Amino acid sequence: MTRALITGNQAAAWGARLARADYMPSFPITPQTEIIETIAGWIDQGEMDCRMAMMESEHSMITAAGAAAATGVRVFTATSSQGLLYAMEMIYGVPGMRAPFVLVNVSRGLQTPVTLEPDHTDVLAARDSGFLQIHCSTCQEVLDQTLIAYRLAEHHRVRLPVIVNLDGFYLSFTREPVEIPDPAAVDRFLPGFDPETTRFRAGEPLSQGVVVLGSVPYSYFRYETHLATLQGLPAYAEIAAEFAQAFGREYGALETYKSDDAEWVLFMMGSFATKAKDAVDRMREAGWKVGLVRPRLLRPFPDEPLRQALAGKRGVAVVDQNLSMGKGGVLHSELASVLYGQPDAPTILASFIGGLGGRDIAPEEFFEMIQVLRRAAEEGRPPTPRLLFTADELREVRKLQAVAHAERREELK
Amino acid sequence: MSEQIVTLYKRMKDLPSARLLGAGTPMCAGCGGLMALHEIYDILGEKTVFVNAAGCMTLLTVYPFTPFRGSWLYTSMSSAPAGAQGVRDALDILLAKQRIKAEENLDVVVLTGDGAAYGMGLSSTSSAIERGLDFLYVCYDNEGYGNTGQQTSAATPHGARTSTSTGARGFGGFKKDLFAIWAAHRPAYVATVIGSEPLDLARKIEKAKAMQGPRLIIALSPCPTGWDFDPMESAEIGHLAVKTGVWPLKEYENGVVTHTKLPRERLPVEDYLKKQGRFAHLFQPQRNEALIAEIQARVDAYWAEVSI
Repeated sequence: MTRALITGNQAAAWGARLARADYMPSFPITPQTEIIETIAGWIDQGEMDCRMAMMESEHSMITAAGAAAATGVRVFTATSSQGLLYAMEMIYGVPGMRAPFVLVNVSRGLQTPVTLEPDHTDVLAARDSGFLQIHCSTCQEVLDQTLIAYRLAEHHRVRLPVIVNLDGFYLSFTREPVEIPDPAAVDRFLPGFDPETTRFRAGEPLSQGVVVLGSVPYSYFRYETHLATLQGLPAYAEIAAEFAQAFGREYGALETYKSDDAEWVLFMMGSFATKAKDAVDRMREAGWKVGLVRPRLLRPFPDEPLRQALAGKRGVAVVDQNLSMGKGGVLHSELASVLYGQPDAPTILASFIGGLGGRDIAPEEFFEMIQVLRRAAEEGRPPTPRLLFTADELREVRKLQAVAHAERREELK
Repeated sequence: MSEQIVTLYKRMKDLPSARLLGAGTPMCAGCGGLMALHEIYDILGEKTVFVNAAGCMTLLTVYPFTPFRGSWLYTSMSSAPAGAQGVRDALDILLAKQRIKAEENLDVVVLTGDGAAYGMGLSSTSSAIERGLDFLYVCYDNEGYGNTGQQTSAATPHGARTSTSTGARGFGGFKKDLFAIWAAHRPAYVATVIGSEPLDLARKIEKAKAMQGPRLIIALSPCPTGWDFDPMESAEIGHLAVKTGVWPLKEYENGVVTHTKLPRERLPVEDYLKKQGRFAHLFQPQRNEALIAEIQARVDAYWAEVSI
């Protein structure tokens, strides 16, 4: 074991290296590129026995990843944002092959307008694809979860690809101290890839990704993938326990922070949850009984652990770093579906949209969220969803618009 | 001096008599693409994995049946060459790391229609060639989006009626020269074939099978439903495509294009056109002399460039 100061991207690359990935179909996109550059460098230096194929698009990259996994090698690949969306046909296509591999997504907001900075709207577009999803909040977690992801993907009862998500900039380009596990220990935790019966070999004819006629076999295979995804919950618990035993770091399906005795809970995922932790500490100092619950697993969604973690709470503020146009926060809907009708469900479930395109969420905004919960609890009715945006920010946009309008008028003269 | 490949296929009776591809597929009666695929598969054999793009032949493998004795992987309309890259790379890794034996290796074959090959799949094909992928690519070209009812594709010939070109002059554009586009990449091998010329086809597939690197084949595929003719005429229309010079049989190798069958006494193109309902508007209600002459002139101009 060594300790190094590395970025989230480098941590992801270390995960692939320690997993002894055989193959990496690639395509560059900001803020993911450092991952494939790091691995390409190791391959060139002879430090990693992996084959890289530079593809012409993410669509081809995911096709090659699925095809190679279906042939029987351990595959690693990575993308971001527009790249994930460009690949989306195959993101939905490859899970049905039941060929496990790991895709790291470095979250970045989607156009339009174009941004390089993070939110989760990109990765949530893959929510219903059949990929499992693990969301990280630190660089250490990125490395560790990449290893866990291979075990989860390759688990006999799962056999599905897994996305490991980290936030662009906040993790991808941020150096944190990371413990790089000993390769021999990783080999014990994650042995070589067993393709089971999903493989192409002469003398063993196999047809993959085929057509079905009629709705009955179609429904059957779709249900089967769903049920295999649900098997991911007990499988993840099993694997995370083994990981904790081997490496001493705990990764439950949920991260809970001071939530056991909390009356009010912040619910969010990704690196911004570390901002929420800081706010929890400040609110605790002010005497407020506040905690944080962060799902690491998004698919499968940890329904039962969430019901338990949130049972009896007075209010939950869901902070969505994504936006479903015309509906609002995706996590808010997900959580509502888990809690509705449960006898001891939190009384108030409030929705806040923030952190779009990497917009900061300030400590006082977390205070305000809890205030909103308290007022709603007193009034006995749920608050309307809120889009976090301050008067100062609006003034900033108005200034930009004024410049744009002035320039436009200049042009028209 | 280039090494001369001794062909197993000197005469028609040398062609394989066994049919490796199973019968009873959902392809249309008289499908020229299926005819070509039968002949190709007999040469390639079962140690193959066919990587397919969306098109008519996606329906060859319908759960739980397949006519193939070897393997099959459906990808998407645009990315079959990328699927072939993944399979080939994985097999090479498994061989290099001695996780499979040499006899477990497979030949990787892309199978796509013209809709994918000439259009949506061109980017992934170009990239696979540029990466030097060791694969065989077979395009069955029925000159339209056939599986959806013969809409105009980038392979549709000038003047043909399609379900989206129904006017008096048919399709106003011109068939894309995919052979030239592929050859410009300088791959190991490019060839045109047609199922109605099985000996020429067998020699080309035999040659391609023995080579390494990107090898690409376009099979003109007379299509009874899309081109509107009686299924029994499929082979005859194929013969006419060659005899009129509409479909030149040729190959590209080491920077040189060679015509493998020279129609010295070319028949007039109308012999080919008038057999097909998609060109009926050139002859009825009255002959469109100008358009027939235009099509003839293009074929003449092509052959004028070919030194016979």
